[in-house]
Amino acid sequence: KRGHGPYQPHEPGYGLEQPAYSPYEDEIPDPQARMLAIKNAKAYLLKTSTKSGLNLYDHFANILTKILDEQPTNTVDIIEDISKDVKCSQFRKKMDTLRDEHFIPPTFQAAEKYKALFVKEGGGEEEEDLEEEMGQPSLPNVMETAFYFEQAGIGLNKDECYYIFLALKNLINVQPIQTCRFWGKILGLEMNYIIAEVQLQEGEEDKEIAEEGEEIVGEGEKEDEAEEEDEQKAKEAEPPKSTYKPPPEIPKEANGTGTNKYVYFVCNEPGNPWVKLPPVTPAQIVCARKIKKFFTGRLDAPVVSFPPFPGNEANYLRAQIARISAGTHVSPTGFYQFANEDEEEDEGADTYEKNPEFEPPPVAEMVESLATWAHHVKGILKQGRCVWINPSQKSEENDEDEEEEEEEGEEQQEERGPPLLTLISEDEGMKDIPAWTAKASTDLIPKYSVAILQSNRWPGAYAFASGRKFENIYFGWGHKYSPENHTPELPPPAQAEFPSGPGITETVDPTVEEETAFKAAQEEALAEAEEWEDEEGEDD
Amino acid sequence: MEVQSLPAALALVAGGGTGLSPERRAALGASLPLVQRDYRFERVWFWGCIQGLRGAYYIAEGLGPDRAAPRSRLYSLNCLDWSLLTPATKEMLALAEQVKGRFQGDPSFDYSLSEINAEAAARLMESDKEPVMKEEARLVATIELIDRAAGIVPRGAFVKTPLGAVHENRHFEGLPLAEAKKLSSYFHLTEPVNLKNKTLLEKADLDPSTDFLDSLEHDIPRGSWSIQLEKGGTVVVLRSLLWLGLTFYHVPMTKQFGYVYFGTGEKNLDLPFML
Repeated sequence: KRGHGPYQPHEPGYGLEQPAYSPYEDEIPDPQARMLAIKNAKAYLLKTSTKSGLNLYDHFANILTKILDEQPTNTVDIIEDISKDVKCSQFRKKMDTLRDEHFIPPTFQAAEKYKALFVKEGGGEEEEDLEEEMGQPSLPNVMETAFYFEQAGIGLNKDECYYIFLALKNLINVQPIQTCRFWGKILGLEMNYIIAEVQLQEGEEDKEIAEEGEEIVGEGEKEDEAEEEDEQKAKEAEPPKSTYKPPPEIPKEANGTGTNKYVYFVCNEPGNPWVKLPPVTPAQIVCARKIKKFFTGRLDAPVVSFPPFPGNEANYLRAQIARISAGTHVSPTGFYQFANEDEEEDEGADTYEKNPEFEPPPVAEMVESLATWAHHVKGILKQGRCVWINPSQKSEENDEDEEEEEEEGEEQQEERGPPLLTLISEDEGMKDIPAWTAKASTDLIPKYSVAILQSNRWPGAYAFASGRKFENIYFGWGHKYSPENHTPELPPPAQAEFPSGPGITETVDPTVEEETAFKAAQEEALAEAEEWEDEEGEDD
Repeated sequence: MEVQSLPAALALVAGGGTGLSPERRAALGASLPLVQRDYRFERVWFWGCIQGLRGAYYIAEGLGPDRAAPRSRLYSLNCLDWSLLTPATKEMLALAEQVKGRFQGDPSFDYSLSEINAEAAARLMESDKEPVMKEEARLVATIELIDRAAGIVPRGAFVKTPLGAVHENRHFEGLPLAEAKKLSSYFHLTEPVNLKNKTLLEKADLDPSTDFLDSLEHDIPRGSWSIQLEKGGTVVVLRSLLWLGLTFYHVPMTKQFGYVYFGTGEKNLDLPFML
């Protein structure tokens, strides 16, 4: 029995104990009994819980205080949550003897980094010096490009664009750069890459080659020491060395030509220091065509794949950038022309210049016909270079034996690619998907619309043209589109140990009769030979 | 993502490079409230855009009082005139998974089924229908597949009432930064599949009002989500690697979250090779 105390009018037990009162009387009974009932109820509410040390009376008081302070909407629907919250907040204060570590969210560090971008170049004297220098590097107007791409719904949000703008300005101040362009953004699993396409000033490229030469010399010295150790070991018994000679390595293109025409700088976020990507080798491009891997966002991450990629993620990134540039960088036809007209037919043409007599066709024409756009980057051949090189030419430096072997081997066919300023209407589609999709940015206001080109082979590559302005950009994961699923290359067939010949092929052992017959035949031959020699000896 | 928060949301999702042009944004702001009025939806979400070869489909979803009920889907070619799509049936889903290649951009385009699935073609021919699949059907089936595989919400954003209906949790204040980096703090907003397979110990810790959906932890293949903190932790962006183009954003400690799809509408079946 619970023992509530005297029952109140609204309670079900009311009036049953005292026959004088009936449940239908409205008259409030003796006020003393009512006060007693209230005190009992309050005492019950103030009973402390054995588990948590809270009591219901204080808890309700806190809840009501919180509700009246905050006045949320539809309180009755969220009352349980409010109650839970109040309990939790109580609990923490009582149990907490340790103070929380002062948590510095990474937001503030990032904000500091972005703020550092906004530093203005200082000093009036420095500005005068800059003007005197020839060939001031051109900072691209990233915001203007972003505006045009935004008309098509492509691009990053304006804040990020501006940070990239400032980061490019820093890059130009730090590195000796002639021209600079925002190439695009490649997404990765953990972090993304922001890529700038840059042409260094002419003197600087030679410096780089010299530096690379020094590095190779350093490695050569180490190799000599290693060889001495090997010779000592060679005097001990060693297993037979393999006679496998790998096919000659195709040399990479010189800096400033072909696939290495531009130098690329990357960073993970605007505000981070720019990192230069190494030049790309044909072997890397050939391998990159066979694999399909996500970028993680760290340049030193290994690329685990089959066929094994010769390099780490920085090289893979550079190879993909080279492929995307070669496949999707376009400009309105006629914007660029060859320096000499003779060079048009020569596939070695690598240089082009702006055509001063270029008349931009109207936007409607640029959208309708793909012949109004042309590639201005040379396509990459199967070999992995833009200009074909015969690998067997290198064998002149090696031994003569090797030269003979290679001449007997296959003669590689000279590869020809499309010449430099080909129209994109000649790009092949995949099955029934055209290589490019062109559209105008808006149908409603044709006067100010911009012609937009989307690549279907490299999803994420876009180009726009509006009057004399045009630009290419890439936003995506960095992979080519293929209608079929990606099939990795199969491992090569198992190497034959040695060619089968008569010396090692199994034959049935000769039977006894065959052996005796053979022996008899041998003795006859021997006897004949002796007679013949005796005859000769008699002649002398 | 909600219509009202569309501009801010698009700015947060723009890290992937694709978004909406100002014309489309303005058109959405004008047409989606009208859709809400005409179809009497409680909420209208802009789902995203599927790029076809010759045009793009802009998709919106309408929700009723129970947020977990099957949603109505509408598509438009210009963000102004919206057409309701018939809900996807199981057969449509099965067929759509087998259709390969890009969307054409023309809703009445026919995919010939004889190439894709001879059995289905035979069945349709027997019942005197043409053995074709319309692009509209493929569209709605693709949207359903993407929603099932990659439509996600933060934990605690939705509550299940004792009657079974699902509502937004008005008491949801956002995930704290530490929780926002974990995959287990995000749920698929579809019928749960893995919940029953949890051990009793795990189930004891769950709160049935908020933990009634599948979390992302056990998605197959593992690693099919990429979590990034942009701007130093101001925004958490999750990108699906199985359906390239689906981006989910959430600003920790606030109520802002949403997902949108900008892509070609094709599943990335090469994912196991690419990880």
